Amino acid sequence: MFRLDGKVALVTGASGGIGREIVRALHAQGATVVLSGTRQAVLEEVAASIGAEGGADRLHVCPADLSDATAADALVAAAEETAGAPLAILVNNAGLTRDTLAIRMKDEDWSRVLDVDLAAPFRLCRAALKGMLRRRAGRIINIASVVGVTGNAGQANYAAAKAGMIGMGKSLAQEAGSRGVTVNTLAPGFIQTAMTDVLPEAQKEKLVGSIPLGRMGQPGDIAPAVVYLASDEAGWVTGATLHVNGGMAMV
Amino acid sequence: MSEIADKVKKIVVEHLGVDESKVTPDASFIDDLGADSLDTVELVMAFEEAFSVEIPEDAAEKITTVKDAIDYIEKQKAA
Repeated sequence: MFRLDGKVALVTGASGGIGREIVRALHAQGATVVLSGTRQAVLEEVAASIGAEGGADRLHVCPADLSDATAADALVAAAEETAGAPLAILVNNAGLTRDTLAIRMKDEDWSRVLDVDLAAPFRLCRAALKGMLRRRAGRIINIASVVGVTGNAGQANYAAAKAGMIGMGKSLAQEAGSRGVTVNTLAPGFIQTAMTDVLPEAQKEKLVGSIPLGRMGQPGDIAPAVVYLASDEAGWVTGATLHVNGGMAMV
Repeated sequence: MSEIADKVKKIVVEHLGVDESKVTPDASFIDDLGADSLDTVELVMAFEEAFSVEIPEDAAEKITTVKDAIDYIEKQKAA
């Protein structure tokens, strides 16, 4: 079950904590994976470390700065060219935060987060859908966040982008359904990564206290859910938001 | 038949997978050729690409038959 042999996947934010585990999991299921991110050297390092266990020829690196609209528009075609085959799976995982309370939030904090976390995923979905609709097959998985549903003080921009991603995904799922293309959202809870390492200890303790499963998540808790949504077996799941959050928000 | 008409017909046949004999000038994409709304959007995009023209949303809505498409593209090309 859940094998992805012969399929090409593009993962954005592949050098991040969650991204690299997603790459590892898709690759382990047999997929050819194109890693994207801003830091080429780190991407190559990740690809080399995963490839060292075998299947290095199924890993490709395709850097892009998603805050640049032209680069975002061009990424799907570039990934297909690098992999030498059309895209079967798109994982919009790249994201960034610019946390601050709203009354202190600058326009630039707002627009940068909306650009990278919402506009860029839309651009990638749009580019990927053109081919997927024609081929009558495809899987799009957008990585949102629990805060897109619950909100979070200090993250008006990030929560807005992630909530936007959920609504966008539901719309695209309706547009693409007749062609057998599925679009789903995965909403991780608090995962131990560089993004959450910056939170103050006291806040982290409080967070863990609100998680029924009693711990922060690991990137490895998220990746298997991506594999599922990318698989043929998930062919009747679309427009869904899969919450993987240790029970922190049961929505 | 003009070169444009030929090309339009070919795109329709290719995209909708219908028999060439069915693609008459009066054939409606949706009613006669079995297209759904997504097909019509994809057709318009295919025309745009093939003829290097831009077909704005309000014009695209009015293109419902093979002849509509040919006429619109011929007009754009003549302009």
